[in-house]
Amino acid sequence: MRENRGLGSKMTDSKYFTTTKKGEIFELKAELNSDKKEKKKEAVKKVIASMTVGKDVSALFPDVVNCMQTDNLELKKLVYLYLMNYAKSQPDMAIMAVNTFVKDCEDPNPLIRALAVRTMGCIRVDKITEYLCEPLRKCLKDEDPYVRKTAAVCVAKLHDINAQLVEDQGFLDTLKDLISDSNPMVVANAVAALSEIAESHPNSNLLDLNPQTINKLLTALNECTEWGQIFILDCLANYTPRDDRESQSICERVTPRLSHANSAVVLSAVKVLMKFMEMLPKDLDYYGTLLKKLAPPLVTLLSAEPELQYVALRNINLIVQKRPEILKHEMKVFFVKYNDPIYVKLEKLDIMIRLASQANIAQVLAELKEYATEVDVDFVRKAVRAIGRCAIKVEQSAERCVSTLLDLIQTKVNYVVQEAIVVIKDIFRKYPNKYESVIATLCENLDSLDEPEARAAMIWIVGEYAERIDNADELLESFLEGFHDESTQVQLQLLTAIVKLFLKKPTETQELVQQVLSLATQDSDNPDLRDRGYIYWRLLSTDPVAAKEVVLAEKPLISEETDLIEPTLLDELICHIGTLASVYHKPPSAFVEGSRGVQHKRLPARAGSSDVVQSGVSEAPPAVIPSQGDLLGDLLNLDVAPPTASVPSVQPSMQLGAMDLLGGGLDSLPSVSHRTEVQSPQPSSDNSESELGGDISGSPSMGGGLGGAPASIPAGLGSAPAVGGGLGDLFDLGGGVGLPTGFYVAPKTVWLPAMKAKGLEISGTFARRGGTIQMDLSLTNKAMTVMTDFAIQFNRNSFGMAPAGPLQVLTPLTPNQTIDVSVPLGTTGPVMKMEPLNNLQVAVKNNIDVFYFSCQYPLSLLFVEDGKMDAASNKLQGSNIFTIAKRTVDGQDMLYQSIKLTNGIWVLAEMRMQTGSPNYALSIKCRAPEVSQFVYQCFELVLKN
Amino acid sequence: MIGGLFIYNHKGEVLISRVYRDDIGRNAVDAFRVNVIHARQQVRSPVTNIARTSFFHVKRSNIWLAAVTKQNVNAAMVFEFLYKMCDVMTAYFGKISEENIKNNFVLIYELLDEILDFGYPQNSETGALKTFITQQGIKSQSKEEQSQITSQVTGQIGWRREGIKYRRQVLSAHVSGRVVMKSYLSGMPECKFGMNDKIVIDKQGKGGTTDDTGKSGKQSIAIDDCTFHQCVRLSKFDSERSISFIPPDGEYELMRYRTTKDIILPFRVIPLVREVGRTKLEVKVVIKSNFKPSLLAQKIEVRIPTPLNTSGVQVICMKGKAKYKASENAIVWKIKRMAGMKESQISAEIELLPTNDKKKWARPPISMNFEVPFAPSGLKVRYLKVFEPKLNYSDHDVIKWVRYIGRSGIYETRC
Repeated sequence: MRENRGLGSKMTDSKYFTTTKKGEIFELKAELNSDKKEKKKEAVKKVIASMTVGKDVSALFPDVVNCMQTDNLELKKLVYLYLMNYAKSQPDMAIMAVNTFVKDCEDPNPLIRALAVRTMGCIRVDKITEYLCEPLRKCLKDEDPYVRKTAAVCVAKLHDINAQLVEDQGFLDTLKDLISDSNPMVVANAVAALSEIAESHPNSNLLDLNPQTINKLLTALNECTEWGQIFILDCLANYTPRDDRESQSICERVTPRLSHANSAVVLSAVKVLMKFMEMLPKDLDYYGTLLKKLAPPLVTLLSAEPELQYVALRNINLIVQKRPEILKHEMKVFFVKYNDPIYVKLEKLDIMIRLASQANIAQVLAELKEYATEVDVDFVRKAVRAIGRCAIKVEQSAERCVSTLLDLIQTKVNYVVQEAIVVIKDIFRKYPNKYESVIATLCENLDSLDEPEARAAMIWIVGEYAERIDNADELLESFLEGFHDESTQVQLQLLTAIVKLFLKKPTETQELVQQVLSLATQDSDNPDLRDRGYIYWRLLSTDPVAAKEVVLAEKPLISEETDLIEPTLLDELICHIGTLASVYHKPPSAFVEGSRGVQHKRLPARAGSSDVVQSGVSEAPPAVIPSQGDLLGDLLNLDVAPPTASVPSVQPSMQLGAMDLLGGGLDSLPSVSHRTEVQSPQPSSDNSESELGGDISGSPSMGGGLGGAPASIPAGLGSAPAVGGGLGDLFDLGGGVGLPTGFYVAPKTVWLPAMKAKGLEISGTFARRGGTIQMDLSLTNKAMTVMTDFAIQFNRNSFGMAPAGPLQVLTPLTPNQTIDVSVPLGTTGPVMKMEPLNNLQVAVKNNIDVFYFSCQYPLSLLFVEDGKMDAASNKLQGSNIFTIAKRTVDGQDMLYQSIKLTNGIWVLAEMRMQTGSPNYALSIKCRAPEVSQFVYQCFELVLKN
Repeated sequence: MIGGLFIYNHKGEVLISRVYRDDIGRNAVDAFRVNVIHARQQVRSPVTNIARTSFFHVKRSNIWLAAVTKQNVNAAMVFEFLYKMCDVMTAYFGKISEENIKNNFVLIYELLDEILDFGYPQNSETGALKTFITQQGIKSQSKEEQSQITSQVTGQIGWRREGIKYRRQVLSAHVSGRVVMKSYLSGMPECKFGMNDKIVIDKQGKGGTTDDTGKSGKQSIAIDDCTFHQCVRLSKFDSERSISFIPPDGEYELMRYRTTKDIILPFRVIPLVREVGRTKLEVKVVIKSNFKPSLLAQKIEVRIPTPLNTSGVQVICMKGKAKYKASENAIVWKIKRMAGMKESQISAEIELLPTNDKKKWARPPISMNFEVPFAPSGLKVRYLKVFEPKLNYSDHDVIKWVRYIGRSGIYETRC
């Protein structure tokens, strides 16, 4: 050791980490007060080493500060380091250091001036900050750029300690002046400091970005360090250009950055481009050029170090969702390499699925098959799942995917089998009645399934295809044994599957269904399960036919894309490219505390141009996300569907109106994690609900256990669907067709956000009142100026809808005012088929500009009142003669009707009519033949009047 | 921005801890150790969020570097900074190891103070840093020197100091998937680098010089993308596609390029694996060299992975030497030289121990290393020019050379 010391400090510094003697502090104290410079320095090093390891050496504060007055810069820096760490715990003694700082700020050596101002900013003691102001003010105007760039950051430090002080002292203005500094690094640091301060004051106009400052920033961009370029680009991304021309010129000056060796510079440049591109008209040549320029640098990011690859891949995932065209030809670069770290592999897989298309599916499948034989369990699972997703996404490949999955099941590797079963279930839902031949193979693996998701999927398959599986009852019964040990997901699925089985094979499975119902309703604490059990029980006991219609209803197909990020979140994340938010795929508010980052960023709106209506189409909310499969689902399938990240608030209005089996009952329960709604096969009005609920409660129940049913359940049993033809002797038909009162009007949704329309926000909905279609609009002025001269116009649309009257806004719309207007609509306008069919593109003009948006109207808007096939049933219904079904045989209309008398006698009637002829033939079936004659009379009376 | 930076050894002991922001406390140091370094499972992401605090980490041998923040920082920048930090440390004291870090902890703190201010990365070019972070103190410098330092650290050309003098001016380029330059030039020379980039050649072709297009088929190559050292004027490249720069002193990576079209793969590897029963594997690998017969490839090494339960291997090869290395679970086949358009073959019989271990063998790909005296991408340096108007040496006085090496980056064949 002694010899080493002779060689200088370099070789021996590690010894400081090893001293762990008792009385160490005392010894250090003595050494710190030694006269010998070398000894002092040694001692301070020891102190710093102890500090690093986490020992408390704050007791040495006065002794260390005493060493501060020194010519030795190395020692000075060490003392400063100590100060930064402990000043807060010893505020009074920290004052002792102030003098030295102030003196150092006057030092002829710029490095020392900068060091002093840099360190002072890090000493977070209120008393010191007062003394900091004067030196800082001087340093901000120092002749040396090194001092100025350090002082610029110091303003941000000071602001973090005492924001008010910074404002009072006018440092913000000085900082703003530094944006025009001649030295690029000073500019960059000033931008960084201002951006940070502005973030904690979301509404301040601190970073007053205007074309002049932008120009300065763009000039500095070419000259400053790689880090400075990042600060500037990140700041530029917050700017919203005035028009597409300005947007283009900024893009042109930012694109060279895409060739920078620093990936962060590249990603920040991509962020600026992705954001400003929103404003460029799509038919512009430059738009296409820009798209082409973006792909190569993104691909190059994948040859960076793995950690950066990970960041890049998470961002590419966003970019691919926002603008799939950029990377659609680059599938190959996302193929997984053997040595990639697992986090890179998993991300690459995700992107591969997103880019999979008919053109490249063969290649992708070959790769995925390869991956499914790898070793890492997570990766293999994801690969298997990816094969399933390819099947769902690219129809042509479905068959190959299914056979690949079957091959994988044959490997008998437990987790592969489970994963494969989960995806096959989804494939069944996407392509019903196509691949059921594989069920037998699946059933062979029943015993090996130990994960809830796989078990639930398998149970769903058994229930759904019970009629094709000979021993379905045995299979399900075997699951039932350990019912209470299963996870909720499996329990719910088992309940549903057995009910399905019962409806398909009622004779053999009565006992089984009883068993599962009582397990679910009586022995379970889970409200979800219990409620679902009760619903089934009631349905079955009240009306097996209706139960069949509900439980075995045709399921909506699942959508092609899963795991897509909800569009508004996606737009926000695009504004955060390169940052943590883009890595987590969460808005900053989800992981940042306090006021910072809570501000939501948005993409700028496309600037107005002649073809805006056209581009408006592309901005219509993508239809994939709020797909029926995920949102509405049904009682039968939702448990196994992948959980969607968020439930978009905008839903097609008619589906909202569809009866909701669980009504307010389940939704209001706090434990419900996802919405379970049943989509009725018929859109029916809500009005019949209450009537029906009462009906059901009053009906005889099957088991005694029903007595304690929660009162909320009957809230939502909408009209049971009418059953056609062979009614047999089922008399207890649940509901009739509700009276045609009132049109369901969806709540207003925002069609045009204020962001996109210079402060005008439009939300609206459609309604049909008294035979006329109306568009109900709420116009809100969120701008600072008064709005007048409103007018509305539609683009051509599928049903020729057009405004039948003006948009009547009589008084000017003052700021923050909202008015509601209704525009009557006609259906005689020009027709053009839209995609989707019910899409409507609207232009609204006011004194400021013309704005475009598109919305979708419920098709029921166009259902006319005289849609009933004939007047007869309508008339009859007025007298409580209900039409159950209707068909046409040999040109004759047949109406099947039901009547119930107060004493419980049921009458079924069959009425035959010749179209266009007033005559009809009536036949009646009834247990009490005596009433028939009078029923005939009734019909005569009702129909003739 | 970055709230703190910690360096740990493999046991999770803190070697360096520098906190820049108030929102990062000492507990963050422990949180990372407990949740990442001591975590039972393999790390699943380089970014970890623990209790609303985000940790970015990179690992160099068994040293962990972690940057900590509570804000929505630029994640790409944080990683770039961590790499840069590693580069700077390597440039100062060599390999990043526990020993070296402990020996240089004062220096590291000094560096951290300089290159990261309040969590914002500052100039981190070693060339510039070495002028004033020397561990010697800087009192001795004259006033001119000081202002020179500060103007370099903050200036446009942060990577080069003024007043460099050499007796012999040398500029060389090594082309091997990237262009690595070595420059030992006096003053502040302006350099230009020209390559057979298709876009440039085509542009010139239109200008009238069409005489050399008829020669051999491949005069120019299509470069998909390239990235440059920060000394290159990017805006000039973007507009004129010319590469001009004031070089750093010494060795640096001028550019990286990526091509996908018309790459001549110098070798083809054809594997054949046959399972003979449960305890025997037969492997046959053929390599074919696919370049001009007059050229020689060197240092060829083929690595054929073997299963974990291998008990013995018999190898026969026509050329070179092959050996089974049990510790690496691979057969390593080395050939010193191989001319173009040749073929060579190795066959091996692998005896396996019978196992009932259900865990599968991962079947790693066959990998290959070699050096060939040309760039498989076809990239050629067309010119290197040096202009130094202030000093009295001209382009002709500079000793220049270019060397092409095709190195196998990741050259893998699945079997």
